[in-house]
Amino acid sequence: MSFVQNFPFFTIILCLLCAVSTFVAGDKWGRRLSVALLCVSVALNASVLWFCASNDMSYSYMMGHYPAPWGNEIMAGVMEPLMATLFSVVMLCSVLGGMGHIMADVQDHRKVYWINVDMTLVSLLALCYTNDIFTGYVFIEICTIGSCVLLSAKQNGRTLIASARYMIFALIGSGLFLIGVVLTYSVTGHLLFPQLHEAVAAVWADGRYTFSMTAAIGLMTAGIAIKSGLFPFHFWMPDTYGQATPASSGILSGVVSKGYIFLLIKIIYRAVGIEVFTESGIQAVLLVFGIGGMIVGSISAIRTKRLTTMVAYSSAAQIGYIYMGLGMGTDAALLAAILHIFAHSLTKPMLFLAGADLADASGGENEFHALRGAGHRDVMAGVLFTAGSLSMVGIPLFIGFIPKLHFASAAFALDWQQWPVLLGLAISTVLNVGYFLYTSMVLWLPEKEGVGYRGEKRCPCHYVPAVVLLIIAMAIGIYSAPLTRLIEQGLALFVKY
Amino acid sequence: MNGMFQNLLHNYEECVSVILFCIGFCMLLFDRNLLKKVLGLDIMDTGVFLLLADRGYIAGRMANIITDGITDASYYINPIPAGLVLTGIVVSVSVSAVMLSLTVRIYREYHTLDMDALYLMMSEKRKGGRV
Repeated sequence: MSFVQNFPFFTIILCLLCAVSTFVAGDKWGRRLSVALLCVSVALNASVLWFCASNDMSYSYMMGHYPAPWGNEIMAGVMEPLMATLFSVVMLCSVLGGMGHIMADVQDHRKVYWINVDMTLVSLLALCYTNDIFTGYVFIEICTIGSCVLLSAKQNGRTLIASARYMIFALIGSGLFLIGVVLTYSVTGHLLFPQLHEAVAAVWADGRYTFSMTAAIGLMTAGIAIKSGLFPFHFWMPDTYGQATPASSGILSGVVSKGYIFLLIKIIYRAVGIEVFTESGIQAVLLVFGIGGMIVGSISAIRTKRLTTMVAYSSAAQIGYIYMGLGMGTDAALLAAILHIFAHSLTKPMLFLAGADLADASGGENEFHALRGAGHRDVMAGVLFTAGSLSMVGIPLFIGFIPKLHFASAAFALDWQQWPVLLGLAISTVLNVGYFLYTSMVLWLPEKEGVGYRGEKRCPCHYVPAVVLLIIAMAIGIYSAPLTRLIEQGLALFVKY
Repeated sequence: MNGMFQNLLHNYEECVSVILFCIGFCMLLFDRNLLKKVLGLDIMDTGVFLLLADRGYIAGRMANIITDGITDASYYINPIPAGLVLTGIVVSVSVSAVMLSLTVRIYREYHTLDMDALYLMMSEKRKGGRV
């Protein structure tokens, strides 16, 4: 075994060690540890990605001295470290870009914030690498706790209520997921993905437990859909993303919801099997709710009068795209869904960071009427927000264009789903243009007379993390072939054992 | 009908666990009191753990603690569900602790635990200006 193959285990253990060390070390060292940990996580996961991609291999790794199912097991191919690297990069940029706001918004017990950054990272890495459905549940819950603390860290009454609301929805989702896991275990007697895959196929072919298996798959899917904010369960999103400190909003919107969705993809393709998932009818339900989310999320975004709420509702629409891809059920649609995960993860934290700067430049106001001309008051934030908006709309040269193109291409291979998908794409894109164009126009309208710069002048290095996200997004938008090839290679390994 | 009743009676542990899950789920979803929501969460989790423990139970066998030096696996119940229940309990307690701490902070800030009243205050504050 190559030394690099230990890196997924090392990153998980490092996160736990850093969380414990921060508790002892305090705020200042906790901050340094968290940033260093995120950098190390990027490097280690990128190394695993390079190793697996260059050798075109995936491998399972025994955690501890006992083989599965008594011990625990992780699995790494190309998709797992690719997603882990993406999550680490986005978290790093969100934390660095939102550092000023973290310092201002989190006054008491700031070290708790850093502990939960570490805990959220470990849970996301574990969700990427786990090969066990129950371990998936455990880290879903750890991710929920970490996210809730990141959200409620801002000392503000409304944030507390938003956190409680988020927690309630998240726990409903976890409860449904858990009962789904227990039902699956009851029917198959397995928890590891490879054994589950075989057992589910055998049980489904037997036909005796079709209802139980459908219920189990449906409950797990519903649980993750609620937690990731799929329509009609997206109403916790605006308060959650809109009230938190920008770094937390970026992390929650950019990576946490994608961590859950990646686990669902693993369950669908590795544990349940796409054939069983299609035959169960749940795939069609996901398609309908995905298209619904694309349209309803966009309409909700148009109706709001606050910038952060608009960006949050836009997340509901973008999550709808990903679920629509899962609902389409073809390899091409899955590729498009994963490309959309990349597009949303890289763009949304940039929008939250730039949006917070624009609000600061408008006296802390978030309403559109107060943001008029904010782009002139903070040019860099205005440019970043406009670039992020163009990406979300799907303008060529930006990353958002690539998945939309793939969704549209994938739709032509479908039967009855072809027209709903194409219609949903068209309507949602038009609605996206409506609210993002309106916002960008508001930002660049001439300022009202007598309104000067109301925020403090920032150091240019403040914008570097968001600029890095923009550069990655544009690089993929201009030349997407390497990423597309990598994902295709990963998906081929992902489904194959 | 009689057969169905017999089945329900035969699988009474599963029935109780499903009833507990439904009670907890409804409390978590519909009850307005934040504290009762936490209780609902615990009841819901308890229902799932009961179902899981029942899956691993084998009549006439012992719990997975080595007794009198007997290491023969056929003497004990299925250890995997027992391990899962223990892990699940730890997770459930952690989540409840976070939820309770949030409840305490909300009560200190707003002096109520009624979610409807809290949403009302939140929307009034939003109308009144930035919070």
